[in-house]
Amino acid sequence: MAARQYPIRVTVNGTEREAEVEARLLLSDFIRHRLGLTGTHVGCEHGVCGACTILHDGVPARACLLFAVQTHGHSIETVESLGTPERLHPLQAAFRACHGLQCGYCTPGILMTMKAFLEQHPDPDEAAIRKALSGNLCRCTGYQNIVAAVSRAAAMAKEGA
Amino acid sequence: MSTRAFGAALPRREDARLLTGRATFVDDIDLPGCLHAAVLRSPFAHARIRSIDAAAALAREGVVAVYTAADLGAVCCPGPLAVPPPPIEGALFHQRTQAPIARDKVRYAGEPVAFVVAESRYVAEDALEDIVVDWEPLPVSADLEAAARPDAPRVHEDLPDNIAARVRQVKGDYAMAVRGAAHVIRRRFTYDHGCSSPIETRGVVAQWDPRADKLTVWDTTQAPVFVRNGLAAALGLGERQVRVVAPFIGGGFGPKIMMFYPEEILVPWAAMQLHRPVKWIEDRAEHFVATTHERGQVHDAEIALGADGRILGVRDEFLHDTGAYDPYGLTVPINSQCTLLGPYAIPHYDSTFCAVFTHKPIVTPYRGAGRQHGVFVIERLLDIAARELSIDRAEIRRRNFIPPDAFPWDNALIYQDFTRLTYDSGQYAKVLDQLLERIGYRDFIDEEQPRLRAQGRHVGIAVVCYVEGTGIGPYEGAKLQVQANGRVSLVTGIGTQGQGHYTSFAQIAADHLGIDIADIEVITGDTDQFYWGAGTFASRGAVVAGNAIDQAARQVRAKALRLAAEIFECAEGDLVLEGGRVSIAGVPSKSMGLGELAQRANPMRGAVAAGSEPGLESTSYFGPPSGSTANGAHAMVIEVDPRTMNVRILRYVVVHDCGVVINPMIVEGQVRGGVAQGIGNAFFEQLVFDSEGQLLNASLADYLLPSSMDVPTIELGHVETPSPLNPLGIKGVGEAGAIPVGPLFAQAIEDALQLPARGVELLEIPLSPSRVWELARGAGPVIATDSPV
Repeated sequence: MAARQYPIRVTVNGTEREAEVEARLLLSDFIRHRLGLTGTHVGCEHGVCGACTILHDGVPARACLLFAVQTHGHSIETVESLGTPERLHPLQAAFRACHGLQCGYCTPGILMTMKAFLEQHPDPDEAAIRKALSGNLCRCTGYQNIVAAVSRAAAMAKEGA
Repeated sequence: MSTRAFGAALPRREDARLLTGRATFVDDIDLPGCLHAAVLRSPFAHARIRSIDAAAALAREGVVAVYTAADLGAVCCPGPLAVPPPPIEGALFHQRTQAPIARDKVRYAGEPVAFVVAESRYVAEDALEDIVVDWEPLPVSADLEAAARPDAPRVHEDLPDNIAARVRQVKGDYAMAVRGAAHVIRRRFTYDHGCSSPIETRGVVAQWDPRADKLTVWDTTQAPVFVRNGLAAALGLGERQVRVVAPFIGGGFGPKIMMFYPEEILVPWAAMQLHRPVKWIEDRAEHFVATTHERGQVHDAEIALGADGRILGVRDEFLHDTGAYDPYGLTVPINSQCTLLGPYAIPHYDSTFCAVFTHKPIVTPYRGAGRQHGVFVIERLLDIAARELSIDRAEIRRRNFIPPDAFPWDNALIYQDFTRLTYDSGQYAKVLDQLLERIGYRDFIDEEQPRLRAQGRHVGIAVVCYVEGTGIGPYEGAKLQVQANGRVSLVTGIGTQGQGHYTSFAQIAADHLGIDIADIEVITGDTDQFYWGAGTFASRGAVVAGNAIDQAARQVRAKALRLAAEIFECAEGDLVLEGGRVSIAGVPSKSMGLGELAQRANPMRGAVAAGSEPGLESTSYFGPPSGSTANGAHAMVIEVDPRTMNVRILRYVVVHDCGVVINPMIVEGQVRGGVAQGIGNAFFEQLVFDSEGQLLNASLADYLLPSSMDVPTIELGHVETPSPLNPLGIKGVGEAGAIPVGPLFAQAIEDALQLPARGVELLEIPLSPSRVWELARGAGPVIATDSPV
């Protein structure tokens, strides 16, 4: 017996998408395997590592702790909504300049968390950045260069403003 | 070239793809018609399988196949031994490797029992619950020391006991050292299990093309060439029929080298059976038991010293927990045994280890690969010696350093690479001096600490030293090829897991070819692109592949100049190679781009002269005679909250020496990341097993990785002592940061709480706040009685 499908309509990176999904389909799987947006990574599927963080109506959320059906009528943003390789978003450029990534697997989730954080806190100090970052695990960098990258992005935005 | 790429802190070329979500990781491979697999794992650490009934699973809609050991036939045999034991006289080693699926018996909780393939991962996981296994639980050997006893429940019943290996290595005559000693110290040290926990778990995708008779496998491996060779052997194929691709890998740290994981066989085998692509992605709960662990040793060690604090000898006997199987040979305990000697001149050494089978997940190298344990033992022994002999902690280390003019220094042991453990170069006192200066060691002890203690604060300082054998053989290779568009392709056989190879490898080649690194396309980890190699592990990628790239680039340069000299009818010495062009110096009209030159090297007519080759390319291999020895020293200042025993790191300083540096930004990143892992290892990370071999904390909510609140700013200093063992003079750095953090923590916490004065020593890792609280409590109250506990 085929599992019952539910129609959903969700705005993904500014584009309205429609799909039929099983009730139990995780948002992370929907984004990655149904929409093909593989920039959102899955690290733990129990809401601890933060690798799958996306913006849900502008607020950071763990895609592994949401079902796709819960996004019906809402909007989500993934890392693909930031820059392109040729034209990096200033936050991405700051990560590159500061060596804020190594294997890069946790990076998309960190970028989405920090994008929302900087919008709320345009002039953060190190302690504030570390606190905001503490829900995203990185196993490669030791965080120092991520903190530096976020500081730099904030400073650049301030200069540009 | 006006500016050299080699040695510059250039930003990484791979970052743009990683930052925008466009880098391909294994789970991003999306093949039409792909099936999805899930693994049924044993809930028992030791049990007999009476029967398996998969009928209900097979009947479930969407399930394509359920495989048990019986279905696999000859494929279900014990896997290969990834690393044989070193040729050490008298060494005992029992090889016991894992079959892809347990046949009659399981030996750890998590061992595969059945393999389900279905139309979706969700259905595959549903079907796991349909499978009925009739289990007969058996007695369990979970504790390392208990497992080593002759009457312990046996992991492999064909062996007389659980001893997997016994190796003794001796340098000099320890008994003589003791006879001449003024002071002998003996302690027991323990170092518990942890795991590397990359944020990307493991995964395998396989596609069998029946028309081409070719298997393609995308694998989260650090050693694609070994996997290719092993898969060909296991599946009855020729090596040329198998392509293994290690695309972007989300962290490796050692466990992604292990050959063979069951799924690395099962997924390709199923794809061949079903003629459809199959994907398996490990989930985090599986990762805790299905991916290998590390650490897990108990040392009984003794040090003999002169009254002046000079080490006369060390004796060590240790147990090493290898888990249920030992596919990686003796690499981890050999590293512990060898690295214990550290940067010190130790004339007499007698070390014996027993590797012990337990009913626990398999132990293979994880960043540091056994070195941590050895460093913990010697550094703690020196701390105790310093205290008992009333010598300063830094001073006792300095007194025992191998002097800079004593290299090569022969330690007379056999190392993990089967060569004699010989240090190539180092300036240990210089590293320590710079460290003490940077952290303000004397000022802290003489002024700051007394002042803060007078305020009731519990602050401590610690200093430790270590060496790390890096850059071992056997070899790596590289192929450089100038393409018709003028861009250079640079291919190596090793894989990359975040080390920045796309950048650092290009930096090695760019200066020789007079091109920008942006014009070099680096390809790693694809066995169809480069056939030979070993892999990325043991802090060896940059050293071994790097020197192969250097040689290949020099040869391509020579070919380009030779050909241009023929074309321009001039001497090679008159030519300059820069900006991607070969020109006669001072004659702008006589100039040709590398791309055109490459086309000229591959003519449509005429003959390629005997003894020469078409194209502007070169393949080169490099194998060092033995590993180069990096070293470093770490210091930190901490404050401990005596009520919670929570540790706050006030300062953390590293001074390290990894020889000549290709890209200082990448090197610093490697060191800082290593320290962060070391902090987790020293402080939080402990895999807790009960007496039945059940892992009690198999989630990231219970097995805590350090967060941005736990890892401090890490200050770095460099000393550069080139290695004489390779033309570039480089030494590895990948594991360095992680190695000495354990003893640093122990020393700092002891100092902060003044534990030794109250008869407490910290002789174990990890030292979580609750564990320190328990240990310190045994010695009476740490805090004044008027403070609430």
